[in-house]
Amino acid sequence: MDASVGVLLRPAAVTAARGLLIALLSLATHVALFVLSLVALALIPAFGVGFALFPVVTVAVRFCVGLHRRLARWGGVAMATPYLPAPAGARFGTWRRFRWVVGDPATWRDLAWLLPGAITGALCLAPLALPMYGLEGLIGLPLILHTAGVDYGYGPFWPLDTTFEALLCFPIGALLAAGGLIAGRWPVRLHETFAGLLLPPTRGAELALRVRQLTVTRAEAVDAQAAELRRIERDLHDGAQARLVALSMSIGLAEQLVRDDPEAVRRLLAEARETSGQALAELRGLVRGIHPPVLAERGLPGAVRALALAVPLPVEVTVDLPGRPAAPVESAVYFAVAEALANVGKHSGATRAWVELRHAAGRLTAVVGDDGRGGAAPSAGGGLAGTGRRLAAFDGTMAVTSPAGGPTVISMELPCALSSPRISPSSGTG
Amino acid sequence: MRVVIAEDLALLRDGLTRILEAFDCQVVAAVDNGPSVLPALTAHRPDVAVIDVRLPPTFTDEGLQAAVRARVELPGLPVLVLSQHVEQLYARELLADRRGGVGYLLKDRVSHVDQFVDAVRRVAAGGTVMDPEVVAQLLARRDGAGPLAELTAREREVLGLMAEGRSNAAVAARLFVTEKAVDKHINSIFSKLRMPPSGDDNRRVLAVLAYLDGADTRRFPS
Repeated sequence: MDASVGVLLRPAAVTAARGLLIALLSLATHVALFVLSLVALALIPAFGVGFALFPVVTVAVRFCVGLHRRLARWGGVAMATPYLPAPAGARFGTWRRFRWVVGDPATWRDLAWLLPGAITGALCLAPLALPMYGLEGLIGLPLILHTAGVDYGYGPFWPLDTTFEALLCFPIGALLAAGGLIAGRWPVRLHETFAGLLLPPTRGAELALRVRQLTVTRAEAVDAQAAELRRIERDLHDGAQARLVALSMSIGLAEQLVRDDPEAVRRLLAEARETSGQALAELRGLVRGIHPPVLAERGLPGAVRALALAVPLPVEVTVDLPGRPAAPVESAVYFAVAEALANVGKHSGATRAWVELRHAAGRLTAVVGDDGRGGAAPSAGGGLAGTGRRLAAFDGTMAVTSPAGGPTVISMELPCALSSPRISPSSGTG
Repeated sequence: MRVVIAEDLALLRDGLTRILEAFDCQVVAAVDNGPSVLPALTAHRPDVAVIDVRLPPTFTDEGLQAAVRARVELPGLPVLVLSQHVEQLYARELLADRRGGVGYLLKDRVSHVDQFVDAVRRVAAGGTVMDPEVVAQLLARRDGAGPLAELTAREREVLGLMAEGRSNAAVAARLFVTEKAVDKHINSIFSKLRMPPSGDDNRRVLAVLAYLDGADTRRFPS
């Protein structure tokens, strides 16, 4: 097939398939769902049955409209889900459930859209139907049937009266087919534009969802921070602080003994040195957990390279960061990568791993992959789940793909701006 | 022996000076920031420089940068780098020129005064001194795979001490064996790791460190 024809046909075929699905869905369900909704609403004053019925019908409506949203997303029209989250204890048949459904403006917007949506949806048959009809003319079917004496019509001629009219099926077919291929996406676009008016969340709903999400992530961030501070306090109290007390005791005792028992003093001082070494080692570990020095010194690229070196298998690190992210983002990504690499080292059975850091279109992406046995999953309370929560505080996301048999790929992404190009602290030493 | 010190915390700078002077070293200059390091080294041409990794004004790795630059601009200048934490990444950068006369130690090690002064002397004499923690990381990373797995426990011990830069005599003293026994272990290690034997202690240390760090450096140059 000629390349230019392919360029035209491929998107046309996709549009036709999408249009067909939209049309089938619209024609098959919209009217029925609309009528059901009305019946359920009408039954509210009558028997009160509607209280229970309407939320059930709404589930079906939301499922149908949800499919439309997905089809729109397939076509590249981003459409978020607008519904308010269900309150606790809102079982079917309860007043609370009914109030939740009725109180959500998205319910009424869905309902208002069903019938007009069915009309624009039906029009979406055009990208499939027009070329097919055109094809019928192009292969000369009307001419054949006319010649055979069948009473038949094509295009504007119903029925075909003369052979000339029948012969016109070729140019008309060509016109229709070409028109369908070229203009077929317009009805689909019309459908989606119209859906775009009613199906996505309203500005208010969007803000409500955002507030809810921020409330959750803020609570998690505050909890995590408090837990972290408690842990640091405990570690200092039981570790370095206790050792410094022991140290000062040894020195005090040595002071007492210095004249009478120099040998004991020597032992005490050696002990003191030992204790101070342990205190230092503990503080070092603690500092690494709070803010790793190598991150302060080398930024994210250097710190991730240092992490990679600590894993007992070869890790390839690729970094493409034209600037430096904000310090909290750097820290979150560092610990996320550290957690992922620690899992690689401990559980994966991999022979090699890789880390990629990239920044594009205002988003920082970190990918950690390995060729191990797979089966990794962020279990509740596990390190990976904690990483996901930590990233959520930055509107970040984490995706784990780890089929049995591997490979495991953990992708983390978060929106972040970079500061002006980094004055590379590692230049000349690489 | 003439020494230049670069350390920003007065307490530690004075402590280092005191220790080194107690062991007959002459501290000819003690600077407290990154930009002054190179001029001080150029002016005094000391036998060895003792440099803290983190220095003002940036409080990042100014000191390490200065040390690496000093080794380029004053070839053969022995440098001992001290830090609150050790990173394999930094060790690799310090060892990159494969020339010896370089040391990298945790600041904690200064508390073993005699061992610390010994390390300063060894670096000044062109030797290589690596912190045991770096060596432990290197050994852990290459664990369980390849020829390293064939070493006996004692041979691993010898390999670790050798990688820290200790002489045969020091290894022997540390393990309470004779130097001859250490020699035997070293020969066995070198043949198991399929490395060419070398009479020169310093070359041998560098070869061991390069071996331990090697595989990944070749595959993924930093």
